[in-house]
Amino acid sequence: MKTSFRITGLAALAAGLLAAVPAVAQELTIVSAGGAWQAAQREAWYKPFAEKMGIKFNEQENSSSLALVQAMVQAHNVTLDLATVETATVLRGCDSGILQRLDYGKIADRSKFLAGSALDCGMGLDVYGDILAYDTTVLSKGPTSVLALFDTKNFPGKRGMRKVPQGNLEWALMADGVPADQVYKVLATPQGVDRAFAKLDTIKNDIVWWSAGAQSPQFLASKEVVMTTAYNGRIQNPIDQEKKPFKIVWENQIIEYDMIAIPKGAPHLDLAYKYLAYIAQPENNGRLGSYIPYGPVVKEAAKYVPPETLAKLPTAPDHMKSVLVANVEFWGDHGEDLTKRFNAWLAK
Amino acid sequence: MRRAARGQRLTALLLVGPLLLLLLFSFCLPIAALLGRAIYDPTMADALPRTAAALQAVPDSAREGVPPDPVFVALGEDLLAAKQDNSLYAIAKTLNSLLPAARSHVLRAGRHLQEGEPATRASMTEADPFWGEPDTWFAIRQGVHRFTSTYLLAAIDLRWLPDGGIGKLPEDEAIYRAVFLRTFLVATVVTVATLVLGFPLAWLLANLPNRLSARLIMLVLLPFWTSILVRTAAWTVLLQKYGLLNDLLLWLHVSSERFDLMYTRTGMIIAMTHIQLPFTLLPIYSAMRTLQPSQMRAAYSLGARPFTAFRRVYLPQVMPGVAAGALLTFILCLGYFITPALVGGPADQLISNFISNYINVELNWQMAAALSFILLTLTLALYGLFTKLLGVDRLKLV
Repeated sequence: MKTSFRITGLAALAAGLLAAVPAVAQELTIVSAGGAWQAAQREAWYKPFAEKMGIKFNEQENSSSLALVQAMVQAHNVTLDLATVETATVLRGCDSGILQRLDYGKIADRSKFLAGSALDCGMGLDVYGDILAYDTTVLSKGPTSVLALFDTKNFPGKRGMRKVPQGNLEWALMADGVPADQVYKVLATPQGVDRAFAKLDTIKNDIVWWSAGAQSPQFLASKEVVMTTAYNGRIQNPIDQEKKPFKIVWENQIIEYDMIAIPKGAPHLDLAYKYLAYIAQPENNGRLGSYIPYGPVVKEAAKYVPPETLAKLPTAPDHMKSVLVANVEFWGDHGEDLTKRFNAWLAK
Repeated sequence: MRRAARGQRLTALLLVGPLLLLLLFSFCLPIAALLGRAIYDPTMADALPRTAAALQAVPDSAREGVPPDPVFVALGEDLLAAKQDNSLYAIAKTLNSLLPAARSHVLRAGRHLQEGEPATRASMTEADPFWGEPDTWFAIRQGVHRFTSTYLLAAIDLRWLPDGGIGKLPEDEAIYRAVFLRTFLVATVVTVATLVLGFPLAWLLANLPNRLSARLIMLVLLPFWTSILVRTAAWTVLLQKYGLLNDLLLWLHVSSERFDLMYTRTGMIIAMTHIQLPFTLLPIYSAMRTLQPSQMRAAYSLGARPFTAFRRVYLPQVMPGVAAGALLTFILCLGYFITPALVGGPADQLISNFISNYINVELNWQMAAALSFILLTLTLALYGLFTKLLGVDRLKLV
């Protein structure tokens, strides 16, 4: 009698627990790179989506989220549903089999995206520009092109650059006279790589390297450098919000996409797909621009970007006079060996 | 008597048992598993079984260079199978780490291959000359071995040559010997600097009246309890070009220019020395505290001059503390990561920074494991040498 009572009690408890489960809101775990960019995503996308679906977001911050995903997939303990990744590394994550191959049938028509922003394992979120920035109180007559990085005669002093080969090698070749449409062709040859590194050598002692996006405005603010490469949004926000005397140089900017990916084995796959479909809708995709000046990747979304933001986007007509679009395939093929060479070059 | 001793030993073993198990499962096994990645990489052997077998079957005369038709047929079948179970990308990535730019060639070959059309040497090399190059096949032959020494060799700037010998890596890729050397050099400089600063300070603390020395030791311990990240970040504020240190030097008219201290070796060594000082100081201090002052007085009364008394009575007795402190600092410095990353320049990065880069950014855990293996081996060898020279029983930690 006593036993059966206990069993009934247990059953009741179990039933109670099971009944309680649906009442708890589903949680979507997302990892992104933090700072102003994650804050913008939060306002533009996380909050409205969570409200619409009646779910919660569990936000994490990590600037090398792909390594986190790899560790989780290999340990067969994936707790992440979504991760923002860089275009340059999304192919590598795709090849390693740690990212879910996206079924665009569940998201949006692939042709609605800008060319190269709807990849097999990553969906574009926004367009940003790798630009040059300086402090107008330090340089009264500032540079007019990103290639001024290599002009130490007219612009002496330290320059901040990102500690990766991506972007820097392209600029080095352009500064050495290679036309923008030939850059990746030249860089695919050993002679081209030597040429790019030789050009970088000429300013090696003048470079201060940054690795996190938030460091570049900090370099300018502390006057550690006279100019620095940066993501345009990281410079625009201090100009708009803190009235910093910074200026962005758009000539020869490099345009890239931020990507979002689903780790293979994500616990809430359906919900993750719904989130991707949500941000791929033009009116939602355009909304990010209200919080950080990054452009939409969905073609129709441009009309949903506030007009005062449009002029600050890397894709504004005024800024598109001479641009280079980063070549994802090239970096998928050569990223590893050029990074090796770059690190060896740095360490010498 | 004997039984009692055995009982005691058993009790002792039972007491440390949980700790040993914890060490085994949370420390030794994971380390071994990670280090195993340096030599074990089955990706290509698993994905290209037919090619591996066909390469084994070719006559000895075809062991080098571009293999004959049967191998191409096998490769075609393997790539087709890989395409169907989505492992083509894994092959492309692994081959890419052995041979730059191989990735897109593998993917392209996968796209062109069709069911029912066996690949031949002629068809594949015609579609893409990549498959007719000896370097390609050298990389494939290397890749299909489950156990590999490629990563370990690369960690000491060596590589396998196509003729089967071992050669040096090209100049523009060879860095790790220099980085290991730099790591040991920085560790030595920091150790010496903490000794020079720490020894007199320890002596002072050990010989002051108790109440005063207790207060002063708090000043040593307080930063010791602060997170290393916080202390490193504090140094970046102090060392900046427009930071406090440069302001002070300018104000004192020591120099008329601002020094570049951030992102330099000097700045990094200053910060590391500050962070490591308590580790060196505390064992020395504890050795000095246990020394009876009467011993020095006895030495004086027996006619020793102060220096002789210091050298022959004081120093030998505090030596174990000095050795323990120096060893602690030296070994901790070998693994430094945060301070070089934040305060050091690109030419000041230590071996841990490269290991972390391979794990976090490159996703090449094999290379990270190989570098860790070399670092662990060198550290253990040095530790062995150190304890052999000094005698392990004389080491005295705090």
